[in-house]
Amino acid sequence: MLYAVLIPLLIACFIPYLSKFKDKIHTGIFVLFVPLSIFIYFLQFIDTNFVPVAQGYSWIPSLNISLDFYLDGLSLLFVLLISGIGTLVTLYSIFYLHKSERLGHFYVYLLMFMTAMLGVVLSDNVFVLYTFWELTSISSFLLIGYWHYRERSRYGALKSMLITVFGGLSMLGGFILLTIITGSTSIQEMISQTDVILNSPYLPLVMTFIFLGAFTKSAQFPFHIWLPDAMEAPTPVSAYLHSATMVKAGIYLIARFSPVFSAYEWFFIIVSGIGIITLCWGSYMAVRQTDLKGILAFSTISQLGMIMTMLGFGTKAAAFAAVFHILNHATFKGSLFMVAGIIDHETGSRDIRKLGGLMTLMPISATLALFGTFSMAGVPLPFLNGFYSKEMFFDVSLDLSSTSLFIAEIMKTSIPYLAVLGSIFTFVYSMYLFFGTFTGEKHLDELPSKPHEAPIGMLISPALLIVGVIIIGLIPNLVNEPLLAHAAKAISGEEVHKHIAFWHGFEAPLYMSLIVVIFGSILYIFRKKWTDIYLLIPGTLSLNKVYDRILDGSEKYSRKITNSYMDGSLRKYIALIMIATVLVTFTTMLTTDGFTIKTDDLAKVTVSEILIASVMVAAALGTIFARNNVAAILILGVVGFGLSVLFVLYRAPDLALTQLVVETITVALFLLCFYHLPNLRPRTESFKTKSVNAIIAISFGALMTMVAISAHSSKWFGAISEYFIENSYELGGGANMVNVILVDFRGIDTLFEIVVLGIAAFGIYAMIKLRSDKGVE
Amino acid sequence: MIRANDLILRTTTILIAFILFGFSIYLFLAGHSAPGGGFIGGLMTAAAIVLMYMAYGYEAMKKIIPVNYQNLITIGLAIAVLTSIGSFVFGEPFLSQTFEYFHLPVLGEKELATALLFDLGVYLTVIGVTMTIILSIASDR
Repeated sequence: MLYAVLIPLLIACFIPYLSKFKDKIHTGIFVLFVPLSIFIYFLQFIDTNFVPVAQGYSWIPSLNISLDFYLDGLSLLFVLLISGIGTLVTLYSIFYLHKSERLGHFYVYLLMFMTAMLGVVLSDNVFVLYTFWELTSISSFLLIGYWHYRERSRYGALKSMLITVFGGLSMLGGFILLTIITGSTSIQEMISQTDVILNSPYLPLVMTFIFLGAFTKSAQFPFHIWLPDAMEAPTPVSAYLHSATMVKAGIYLIARFSPVFSAYEWFFIIVSGIGIITLCWGSYMAVRQTDLKGILAFSTISQLGMIMTMLGFGTKAAAFAAVFHILNHATFKGSLFMVAGIIDHETGSRDIRKLGGLMTLMPISATLALFGTFSMAGVPLPFLNGFYSKEMFFDVSLDLSSTSLFIAEIMKTSIPYLAVLGSIFTFVYSMYLFFGTFTGEKHLDELPSKPHEAPIGMLISPALLIVGVIIIGLIPNLVNEPLLAHAAKAISGEEVHKHIAFWHGFEAPLYMSLIVVIFGSILYIFRKKWTDIYLLIPGTLSLNKVYDRILDGSEKYSRKITNSYMDGSLRKYIALIMIATVLVTFTTMLTTDGFTIKTDDLAKVTVSEILIASVMVAAALGTIFARNNVAAILILGVVGFGLSVLFVLYRAPDLALTQLVVETITVALFLLCFYHLPNLRPRTESFKTKSVNAIIAISFGALMTMVAISAHSSKWFGAISEYFIENSYELGGGANMVNVILVDFRGIDTLFEIVVLGIAAFGIYAMIKLRSDKGVE
Repeated sequence: MIRANDLILRTTTILIAFILFGFSIYLFLAGHSAPGGGFIGGLMTAAAIVLMYMAYGYEAMKKIIPVNYQNLITIGLAIAVLTSIGSFVFGEPFLSQTFEYFHLPVLGEKELATALLFDLGVYLTVIGVTMTIILSIASDR
């Protein structure tokens, strides 16, 4: 199975070489065999007595991450969809994309996506699943932005990337929590530990995180907004990614974890609640679109909402209905996208207002579209698969067990009504899609090119899908036991056997279907009369506006915030640094009870010390208030010389000498520098600024004093100076202990201090001598 | 700028500079056993040179002491590093110092320490650094 997953990626490495011959042979022909062989390989697994297959390959054993693949009924259904529709889409793209396009890029991205998608549905390890999940986001991003010179493509690609990666990351959070709870990274292992997970206090968090991932990927309300914008991708991509495979990854995720979560009572409320909202909102919005692919995008959103609703029910029958609809939706939606692509290709327009009356010009496409749209609408005809799954949806929505939660009760009664409502709109847009395009007046002069039937190659893929629609419609039980029963078993955790029949008596689902058809027809016929409602409702509720506002707002506010404190003023930065130091130090000292004063080991204060200290304080104050810069430097010198006198008093002759000379040289250097500088300008800051600065400075000084006192008052062990006193003559051979420490005991400090001095000297030399305005030779 | 006839300054400078030189070398050599050392010694030497620069001017001093102070920094650092590495030769860790008492012909029983070589590096570096900084700034127009 490892090869089945990775072969597309391996082939993708050779695409750049193959695409060199694209003038002679279309690159897609090479690619075609990849999904086809995978499809044939997995076709062999279809069997009534199918048992899940597990295979493991080592990857990162130390992190308990291995390439574990697990093929059960659910995975098999998805794998067949991915490889089967992948084959058809590749075939279609051979005729859709002209040789002048960058075919190499296209097929590399497409194969990358194929690997990613196969990996998502086959992985048993959550982190491997996540890896492939993000690969689908990236390859989808690349495919949506395929025509990157178009602004709309870039916008759509970025939007889908941001939303799906947001979901993907939150899903990773959920996976990590699950791993912590169960101590395992395997999904099957997690399912076997369902009780542990359900009793965990992190359960709500895990579910929120994982559901965010699933809902963003599957374009559920309110994260559906990326899907309509992703329609800027080439049509084969829309047909493949945004109808049949990638958008179902979220569905797959929910279905995969359904055995774990469905016992939790909020599972139904969240999944079915979001699903039913998505169903209604998507189908309502689809009627409003004028772009063929726009209609199909919102239709996909609403159909995904329907599948999600069924998954939320958590019953055996609902699981079966869900997998059945996954299969049906993939067939008819894929073909509809391809037909939309054909119309776009042959007429040059996707605007349904410009199209019309194409029935006689494009009879084959019209036939295909007829079956596709009618199946999507769920028209009760015995050769359309959409009707069966819709009927099952109504059936399972009426058959929900009761729970204790009040919201769940409300939802239970309202879901059948909402399901019918959503289906009515589905009916309306399906009819609009077909009749708006293929019947009515012709506007041939408005179209960019003269419409004619598509080449045969382009029609093969949608025709095969429609054949699939009809076969499933005519003999629905063909796929029942070998495929769907196993898939439903993987979701619900128990054996599911169901017989699909077109006719099952005069019962509620049939009446609901009839209501849908009757009301839908009425609404479609009088469509023009009520389209004005759209100007009111989505106009104020548009989620795109919210998205744009969030995006623009975050950019605007982050810029504002950055500008507010990064204004380039060094004074402000210093003030911020000092405030931060004061706050952090003060809180730390306060919370750890750090302020202490001990007076028992203090030395006696002598008169000379007081005298020198007061001179130094006076000089320091003088420096602050000095109005002349030379005066300020000289007064500052007093502080330095006072310090050297203090060193003398405290019996540090080396320090005193060094301080004396260094102070002299610093003062001289200051004077040298200030000779070149203009005179100090009188300080013009407002009183407020001055007092704020004063407060910061005083609090900083006070805090440092307190820290120093506290540090002095809490000595925990004796000094190591005893060692130096004893050994400086014995080991270092010198009587000057300071010097012995500097050059012997701690010589490395000295070594690097002279390096620092050297760097400073060369720095000054370079700054002065090598100025660019001096004209370096 | 018209230079005043600063005869008294120049004459006293000769005397004071040599006393300063002598004192700085004393500080440097005595550092191991009395207050002083390479750092303060170097600063003192630099002070003497600066004094001469002030009295005699930049051009004259370049002839009297034809030393490139940037090279002095390099030499000083090289000495400090090399004496530190030297301890490897004797199988000792980096920067190990040792000392021994020798009986020298004229001076009698004296102590010689390898730390003095390291201090020499410090001494030369400090002179080089101080002079580079002061001359760079002072000669900038």
